[in-house]
This record gives sequence, structure tokens and C-alpha cells, in this order.
Amino acid sequence: MAEPSQGWRLPEEGGRRTASPEPPCYARAMLAFTLRRLAVAIPTLLAIATASFFLMRAAPGGPFDTEADLDPVVLENLYRAYGLDQPLLEQYWIYLANVLQGDFGPSLVYEDFNVTELIAIGLPVSARLGFTAMFVALLLGATCGIVAALRHNRLFDHATMTMAMTGIAIPSFVTAPILALFFGLYLKLLPVAGWNGGAAANMVLPVIALALPQLAIIARLMRGGMLEVLRANFVRTARAKGLPERQVVINHVLQSAAVPLVGYLGPALAGIMTGSLVIELIFDLPGVGRYFIQGALNRDYPLVMGIVIVYGTLIILLNLLSDLAYAALDPRVRRTYR
Amino acid sequence: MSAGGLLRSPALRRAAGGELSGSLWRQAGRRFRRNRAAMISIGVLLVIALTSVLVPAFWPHAVEDASWENILLPPSFENWHWFGTDANGRDQFVRVFYGGRISLTIGLMTTLVALGIGVGYGAVAGFTGGRTDGFMMRFVDILYSLPLLFFIIILVTVFGRNIFLIFVAIGAVEWLTLSRIVRGQTLSVKAKEYVESAVAIGLSKPAILRRYIIPNVVGPVVVYVTLLIPTNILIESYLSFIGLGVQEPLTSWGLLISQAVGQLDTAPWLILFPATFLAITMFCFNFIGDGLRDALDPSHR
Repeated sequence: MAEPSQGWRLPEEGGRRTASPEPPCYARAMLAFTLRRLAVAIPTLLAIATASFFLMRAAPGGPFDTEADLDPVVLENLYRAYGLDQPLLEQYWIYLANVLQGDFGPSLVYEDFNVTELIAIGLPVSARLGFTAMFVALLLGATCGIVAALRHNRLFDHATMTMAMTGIAIPSFVTAPILALFFGLYLKLLPVAGWNGGAAANMVLPVIALALPQLAIIARLMRGGMLEVLRANFVRTARAKGLPERQVVINHVLQSAAVPLVGYLGPALAGIMTGSLVIELIFDLPGVGRYFIQGALNRDYPLVMGIVIVYGTLIILLNLLSDLAYAALDPRVRRTYR
Repeated sequence: MSAGGLLRSPALRRAAGGELSGSLWRQAGRRFRRNRAAMISIGVLLVIALTSVLVPAFWPHAVEDASWENILLPPSFENWHWFGTDANGRDQFVRVFYGGRISLTIGLMTTLVALGIGVGYGAVAGFTGGRTDGFMMRFVDILYSLPLLFFIIILVTVFGRNIFLIFVAIGAVEWLTLSRIVRGQTLSVKAKEYVESAVAIGLSKPAILRRYIIPNVVGPVVVYVTLLIPTNILIESYLSFIGLGVQEPLTSWGLLISQAVGQLDTAPWLILFPATFLAITMFCFNFIGDGLRDALDPSHR
């Protein structure tokens, strides 16, 4: 249960409200929270780099296995050229030092490219797709959730929640091809696949397929938050003092009801990033996901590690932002990270 | 054992034989049985599980029987190709149930692995408490913020695509929430008076763990586990879809969907059946999980 925040004071003499409901140490509490979270984020990144490095090196089979019957001399030269002949720990330190300078090494499969270049090619595509999907999921999901809660136990509520259940139960790799089949092949309204420089028509289907599962979860979260807040005492008070329902919802309910949503932003983004792998594969989009899967299938160590590190960093940063927003909204959260 | 007579928790009374009517559990059972969606889901799941076991054994077509004359036949009752045939002329009906066998097995096995790790880890952290607990949970926090699916992909890439490895890879990644639940529950139970009195009468630590902590942790764990099974089935189908999961000649719903996508323009019915079974299974587990949660914790409704 929420403790009463010590920051609330009675209106001062003359009926003037205090400007800030928070105690004066608010900024300090937030700063401390940020620092504590950062102190976790840095070892996490190191752990990601270390884990992916050693996991990839533990793999049986090398990156040059596919080219059958390479001359041992050639193979040795290849290993030397890529620094794979060094002792493992040595390679690890060199790799870490390079990564810190933004150099993820050469790709072993895409010759003539280094990993940083490949990520630089793929990331804008993936990011554009991901953020659009996130935006759509948030906007539509929150709207559906709000309306469903306001129409609690009526047709719209049941219909949205059934659809949300369906959206969660049917994975995006099923919806995506069916969407492509229906709108692309049968109706010929939208391109079946391809990126085409990020044209709007090419974005529609991937964005929908990517956003749907998150949209469903967000709608459920928002509805849950709304229902809880609608029952709260301060809402009853607002109604009792005669505010029109519209104002009650907009001024009093929405803010508190959105708090669980803010906490879900980080996981939602992670979900969209991983979902993007499959969507990029299905719609043949030139994003990071495609390189990741190709790299994983072909044991392209530097490529896979580079992508994991970049994505890990992104997820950690976005998680941090979402946690900060969460802590800014909810004083209980600030106290959890000691 | 007589010392525990007055102190036993309801869960234990039920375990002891039930004359004292372990009423909390019995009430929960009654509430659960009244939940129609959950009961129907259990029935549907049982049917899917049973047919997945029986159909491949008794169907006139075998899973791997390819026939070049019968490629991509649409569904029909003739010739026992109820769901049609795939690009190799193999009967889709038997393949869907065979895939169900593997998908369900993977869902159960990965969850078992996660259960083992998560419960052990969480119980130790919660029961030990103090600095160990802080350290162990901080480790979980760190893992939590990682892109775990990427690590599953690395794990299956690195160690080959053997089905046992898929159990371990998914299970080894999906135990985090379980350990948090177990630890939180352990911490709160540990502070209860009946545990205090058990300590006071000199019960050993393992005995307290076994008799008081574990029965009280079971509820939330059961709920989470029923929700973890469909998650893991989904992860496996995701892996299979991108070609890193189950490998031919084995098959799973994810792999069937992935193969059907390749034939989507010529044989759109192929995707229908594995996708439907996958979705129904997801629904059922979710309904059961929700039902269990409502039954075990009526305040949650």
C-alpha cells in the first residue's frame, strides 16, 4: 500500500498551494536513484560483452568451416589475419579495448565489411521500424485500454479484451505472413515485402505485425490500471465535488493509471527489438535482425557479438530511461534501488 | 512430530491427509472448478495432448512419408489428408500432431528446467537473506536487463541444435522471474509467527524449509509455471521459425509454420492448422493460469 507521501502539505494560509508536492530532497533522491541504476548498468554491459565473447568462442566449429578443404596454410593465415591465433584471454582484452573505441572488428562472413559498418547500415532500418511500432502500440494500446475501462463489462470492453488475448496468443510470425498474403497478394494494396528506402507503404505491414503483441499487452495494462484507479478514493472525491466525468478522467485518473504503463516501456522495447528479428526476416528488410540471424547461422562471431553488445546497450539505456520515468512518477520505486 | 500439531499450516494439514479439511486449498479447488474457462481449457489441452500422442501412432500416414504424387494437396477427407499435404507430399495432419508432441514436450521440459533453477536459487536467496541474498538478487537484476532471446540464440548456435540443448537453453534463461517470486514469498513467510515458533522449538533449517516455507510458496509458483509453459512453447516456435530450433526430421508447430510460410501463396491452408493449434494451446494455458491465480488468491480478482 502506498504510504502517504510526506510531501503533501495542507494549503498554506491564504489558501495558496505549495508549488511542489514533493519533499525538498526529491532531486537528491532521483540523482541517487540514477547513480545506483548506472552502477548496475556498467557491470551489466561488461557481463554482456564477456558472456557473448566466451560463449561464441566455446562453439565447436570455426567460422571458416564452410569453405570445404581449405589448405591448412591458408587457414592458418586466415586465423592470423583475424587474430584468432592469439591466446583466448589475449583476444578478449584486445576485443574489449576495441569495442570501447567503437570497433567491433571485421565481419567474417560479409567480406569487405566490418561489423560497425554493417550495424550502421542495419540500425537505422531497425530503429525506424521499432520506434514506429512502439509509437503505434502505445497510442492505440493506451486508447483501447482507456476506452475499454470506461466501458467496463460492456461490449467494447469484452471485444477489445478478447482481441487482446488473441493478439497475445498468436505470435507475430503467424500474423505477419498472413497480413502479407492478404493485403499484399490478394488485395494488392501494399507491397508483400521489401524496404524500398523506408517508403510508408512498405512500413505499414511490418509495423502492424510488430506492434500487435505489444499493443495487446499495453491495452490490458492500461485497462487494469484504469480500473484500479477508477475505484480509488481520490476519484470518488473528485466526482463528489461535482467535476464532470470527462474532467475526472483527464485530470485525475489518466496520470495515475499510466504509471504501470511507464514501467512496462522497457520490456516492451526489448520485446519489439527481438520481435523485429523475425519481422525483418519475413518482410526481407535490411535491418540488424537479418544480419544477426545470418551471423548466428554462419558463426560470424564478431558480427553476432557486436549486435548483442549494441542491442544490449540500447536496451539497458532505454530501460534506464523508463525506470527513471517510473521513479519520477512513483515515490515507492525510488526506494527500491538501494 | 507432535510439536508441530498446533503449528501446521493449512497446506500441510491437507498434505497430511485432510481430515482437518485443509480448507484453504479445498476452497481454492472449489473456486477453480467453478471457473468455466479454465475447466474447458484443461479439457481442450488434455484432448490436444492425447491426440498428439495417439494420432502419429495410429494415422494411416507416417510423419516422414513423402510422396511426389501428392505435393501440396488441399485438405480433403479422401485419402486421409485431412489437413492437406506439404511441399514434400507429407501428410500435414499427422505432422501437426507430431509437432504438437514436440512443442508440448519442449514447453514442459524447459519449464521444468526453469523451475528447478528458479526455485532452488530463489529459496536459497530468500532463506539465507542478508548479504548473500542481496548479491544473488542483484545478479538476477543484471540478467533481467539483458536481451535474453539473443542469448538463447547464441546458446543454440554455439552448442548445436540438439533438442535437449533447446530445453536447457530456454530453461536456463527463463528462471529469473521464478526465482524472484520464490524469494519474495520465502522472505514474507519467514517473517510469519509460525516460522518463528518453529525456530523457537528448535526445528532444523531444512525441516522449516520443507514444512513451512515450501508449501506456502507453491501457490504463486504454480500460477507462474502455467503461464511459463506457453511462453516457452512460443520461444521454441520462434527459434524453429528462424531455423535455429528443432531440426528435421523432428518437427514442431514453429517449424511447421515456418515451412508453411514458404508455401503461403500456393498452399495457404498449411499455416492454418499448426498456427491454430499453437494459438489454442496459448489460450488454454493462459486461461488456466488466470483461473489458478484467481482461485489461489481471491483478493487478486
